[in-house]
Amino acid sequence: MRATSQASLSKSDNILYRKKNKSFSKILKENYELYLFLLPAFMYFIVFRYWPMYGLQIAFRKFNGAMGVWGSPWVGLKNFRNFFDSYYFWILIKNTIGITLYSILVGFPMPIIFALMLNEVHNDKFKHFIQTVSYAPHFISTVVLVGIIIAFLSPTTGVINHIIVALGGEARPFMIMAGWFKRIYVWSGVWQNMGWSAIIYIAALSGIDPQQHEAAVIDGANRFERIWHINIPGILPTIIVLFILNMGSIMDVGFEKVYLMQNPLNFEASDVISTYVYRTGLIDADFSFSTAVGLFNSIINFIILIIVNMISGKTSEISLW
Amino acid sequence: MYSIKETGADRAFNIINYVLLVIVLIIIIYPLWFVLIASVSDPDLVNSGKVYLIPKRISFEGYRRIFQDGEILMSYKNTLIYTIAGTLLNLTLTLMCAYALSKKKLYGRNVITFLFTFTMFFSGGLIPTYLVVKQLGLLNKIWALILPGAISMYNVIIARTFFQSTIPEEIEESAMIDGSSVTNTFLKIILPLSKALISVLTLFYAVGHWNSYFDALIYLTNRKLYPLQIILREILIENQMKADMVAEGLMEESMINKVKYASLIKYGIIIVSSLPVFMIYPFIQKYFVGGIMIGSLKG
Repeated sequence: MRATSQASLSKSDNILYRKKNKSFSKILKENYELYLFLLPAFMYFIVFRYWPMYGLQIAFRKFNGAMGVWGSPWVGLKNFRNFFDSYYFWILIKNTIGITLYSILVGFPMPIIFALMLNEVHNDKFKHFIQTVSYAPHFISTVVLVGIIIAFLSPTTGVINHIIVALGGEARPFMIMAGWFKRIYVWSGVWQNMGWSAIIYIAALSGIDPQQHEAAVIDGANRFERIWHINIPGILPTIIVLFILNMGSIMDVGFEKVYLMQNPLNFEASDVISTYVYRTGLIDADFSFSTAVGLFNSIINFIILIIVNMISGKTSEISLW
Repeated sequence: MYSIKETGADRAFNIINYVLLVIVLIIIIYPLWFVLIASVSDPDLVNSGKVYLIPKRISFEGYRRIFQDGEILMSYKNTLIYTIAGTLLNLTLTLMCAYALSKKKLYGRNVITFLFTFTMFFSGGLIPTYLVVKQLGLLNKIWALILPGAISMYNVIIARTFFQSTIPEEIEESAMIDGSSVTNTFLKIILPLSKALISVLTLFYAVGHWNSYFDALIYLTNRKLYPLQIILREILIENQMKADMVAEGLMEESMINKVKYASLIKYGIIIVSSLPVFMIYPFIQKYFVGGIMIGSLKG
């Protein structure tokens, strides 16, 4: 066994050294199985990821199904101008950024605080139990989550309103009050994802050297000081990477949950770019316009991600690529 | 651990920390517990606010109706098929792709990785993707729910990092020397060593399929093909919203029958639809931390 693996090492070294002077066909021949392994994925990305990017040009055309993507007449930036001039533009921008900013403001620090608190628990059973429970909501589907929200908040049959009334308050139809939309969206998100998002911080915390804590205790540091000076700096790189990813999606509200929570009466707060793209594209069948709106959104997202990543790379030497 | 004498301040800290965590625990558990007790209580008592902590006047009427509802059962079956077929395809493509990309000797590896990763940050968007699916003739076919999401690059990165960091190259190389083909090595040596990885990927993909409704919303119009989540949406969201609007005097009472039906079965259907996911959850739970950590490593 050992002999063969020795032999294999020297042989593979040989392969590596010789590779540089090989012709392409020879490389292909030697690794053809690996390329075959790659082929289905390659075809997937070409067909379902890059072909749609080719189709993005209908944002600059007046799409006509009969003439196809390439045959439809070119209109330049007309679709984009229509969007910028439309009544909806600023409402959509305001709602989209408002929802994501609120989500980041609340949803980003919560898992960190939760992980830090959990890290201070030294009863392993309790810690394990609370962790297991906290992951569970993550696996509930968006449809079921929104279904639970609506059931709980119903003005006549919902448990939350029953509790409010029992405490002497007045039942309110929260789901059709535009002013409540963001709060419901964000806090239900915290309920669903806090435990799951904390996993990565908990793991990072467990990687901190206990000797640092021992030294700090000898120097007379209390719990808060140790959390502040040891634990938080210890997980800071993780925090920064996740923060970049979060900021990169500031114009990117997921469609699913907003769409399910949307109704005609909370529209002024719940209409965001992704639901507008869906409505104009698939309901009104205005393909070109919808694509232009979507493309505008993707480009902004992409630019923000690059900028945030650059700033982070410059200031903290942590970046995604 | 670093347990030097517990001071008074330490004890106060511990007590406050525990109290806060128990509150968090209650906030997480209570909604789930309420759904469970509401599903086995008399719906009238639930809806009039008589049920808070324990089930009252136990009734399985909701569940009985769910299991008699042909549409719910059909959608349940559809989702089961989509989940199994979709997950098998996901796993096959992801593992093969990640294995090939984990090989440093693969010429063009960096370019291909870049091409694939780029799609995580930029995409053609809703309509162009819809047009591709339509042009391929996949509308109203099971393929429309399986092919457009056949690979998640995020999971490929998890798998590739796993292959690179946990499987010793010597094992593979000695197999190759003994004349084993790549395919054979992959099937006989790599996969058996990757149980943790496969468990995590299966969970991520299967839960994704089980819970998804968006692709069905845009690609399917044939009710016979509807997955569970679309039917759930009608029951849990559309009918409930109508109920709220009727209550607020914003909609006429003619909707009341559907609404009543929804209110009878809503808590039960939440349990029935979420059960499979929560049944596999405990078995795979132990791999979570590892799976997520692999994914967060760069490389």
